[in-house]
Amino acid sequence: MAGLELLSDQGYRVDGRRAGELRKIQARMGVFAQADGSAYIEQGNTKALAVVYGPHEIRGSRSRALPDRALVNCQYSSATFSTGERKRRPHGDRKSCEMGLQLRQTFEAAILTQLHPRSQIDIYVQVLQADGGTYAACVNAATLAVLDAGIPMRDFVCACSAGFVDGTALADLSHVEEAAGGPQLALALLPASGQIALLEMDARLHEDHLECVLEAAAQAARDVHTLLDRVVRQHVHEASILLGD
Amino acid sequence: MKETLLLNCEHRFLLCAIEEKKQLDGRQTYDYRNIKISFGTDYGCCIVELGKTRVLGQVSCELVAPKLNRATEGILFFNLELSQMAAPAFEPGRQSDLLVKLNRLLERCLRNLKCTDTESLCAVAGEKVWQIRVDIHLLNHDGNITDAASIDAIVASCHFRRPDVSVQGEVTLYTPEEHDPVALSIHHMPICVSFAFFQQGTYLLVDPNEREECVMDGLLVIAMNKHREICTIQYSGGIMLLKDQVLRCSKITGVKVAEITELIQKTLENNQKIREGVENSWGDLEDSEKDEDEGGSDEAVILDNIKMDTGAEASDIGSQDDPIVLSDSEEEEMIILEPDKNPKKIRMQTTSAKQEKAPSKKPM
Repeated sequence: MAGLELLSDQGYRVDGRRAGELRKIQARMGVFAQADGSAYIEQGNTKALAVVYGPHEIRGSRSRALPDRALVNCQYSSATFSTGERKRRPHGDRKSCEMGLQLRQTFEAAILTQLHPRSQIDIYVQVLQADGGTYAACVNAATLAVLDAGIPMRDFVCACSAGFVDGTALADLSHVEEAAGGPQLALALLPASGQIALLEMDARLHEDHLECVLEAAAQAARDVHTLLDRVVRQHVHEASILLGD
Repeated sequence: MKETLLLNCEHRFLLCAIEEKKQLDGRQTYDYRNIKISFGTDYGCCIVELGKTRVLGQVSCELVAPKLNRATEGILFFNLELSQMAAPAFEPGRQSDLLVKLNRLLERCLRNLKCTDTESLCAVAGEKVWQIRVDIHLLNHDGNITDAASIDAIVASCHFRRPDVSVQGEVTLYTPEEHDPVALSIHHMPICVSFAFFQQGTYLLVDPNEREECVMDGLLVIAMNKHREICTIQYSGGIMLLKDQVLRCSKITGVKVAEITELIQKTLENNQKIREGVENSWGDLEDSEKDEDEGGSDEAVILDNIKMDTGAEASDIGSQDDPIVLSDSEEEEMIILEPDKNPKKIRMQTTSAKQEKAPSKKPM
């Protein structure tokens, strides 16, 4: 789309947001009864569903069991109707495998796996609608699902994407902004300590700008954390009312 | 076969050594291992040795119909294979995680960045475009496959020449004799640099070898070109990083990439000179300068039976100190190399297998 202005002179983006503004986030926990933990998140138009089973006994080969910690198994799947053009393979292609691997590494670092030796924790993420920032939405949904399952974690894992246009860093990219081909950064961090669990960047960005993009992504992730924290407290509050506390 | 396990004492030894900022091969924290780049006979064949990690890349091209939604762009395809000879643990079924990771990284770094101009690969819009395929095979695994593979992919692409085409109603493909083959237009050269973190991020090493990779906690890969533009960053390790660690690594990457890009330019120029020199006049062999850089890596050119009316015989040259062995052929008068001559000569090297077969070769 030639001539599409990602950032107008007054500082408004294509969807009317400011440079550092996030899209509207709505989330729900405890969506499924069968799973140990589940969550649904909507970040703007990106919708992701996460389900957690575990900790349970290792399925399949016993030899994969780790003697001192739990095994985390992640699968990422993106529905065929999630993108503009119908996707042929929902999972099993390279990109989904890579996403699954990255989610696994992120959560292996965040979950206190030492508390559950020789067991397995499964995290399944499904993207229902992809409008940019799919990795971030998946991580946020998975965090909520893991919390819903009651599995202890070091901290929330909050993720957000960021880009860079015309000398300004943009937070939480939508599909239009991603497709424009500028640099995109996906960052997952633990908000309390500011530690980075995952960092992935595509497209050319000059080294001097790296810091401001990183900072924009970190700030956006911290904003996401405030929202997710509120969602969790709300959920626990509702649950405690039902229990008659 | 299962992966060779790391012994506990080896694990502790490596960690202690890293804490004292010592590595087994005597490198400093930010040092790369020796990088050797050599080329094969064909355009587009390149072997990169990063220490003992050896990677072979070959670029090939084909005229195909373009993708429907990109009718005027050529197709670029990168593929990294972990050959079973590289490590005992690489078996056809078992490698998937590592393979997916490496392939995706390479794809993101090279293909999505449009470092090659795909529009120039179009022969007839909507009907015929060039499909360039870069196949990279890992021959020996001694750590840091990412860096070696990225250097190999870029050098092979820069070295490659595709046949010239002309379109007059129908597409005519010229052979190399009729028209010189055309190089790919490469905008920039992204090079990956890997950083390994140890002891929960306290210690950092550039270019980990295989043993160090077994011991490391996390791996950060930054791909940059010589204009200091970051092309890709990937961090997904077991430990958490801090923002300033990432920024510090990106500065180190800038320095390393500049050095490596310079080496690549030199070897490509050298190879070009040698090819032109040999093609222009067989009897008049030009001197080519020997390459010298960070720890004495040098380039070796493997020439074999170039289109000359006499066969090209080559002599086996080891390091500078080894005696130069002439092959047993009738073209001895063409190449005169003395063992004690200083290294301002064309250095041609064949594999030892060819050396054994040389006496039985008949000149054409």
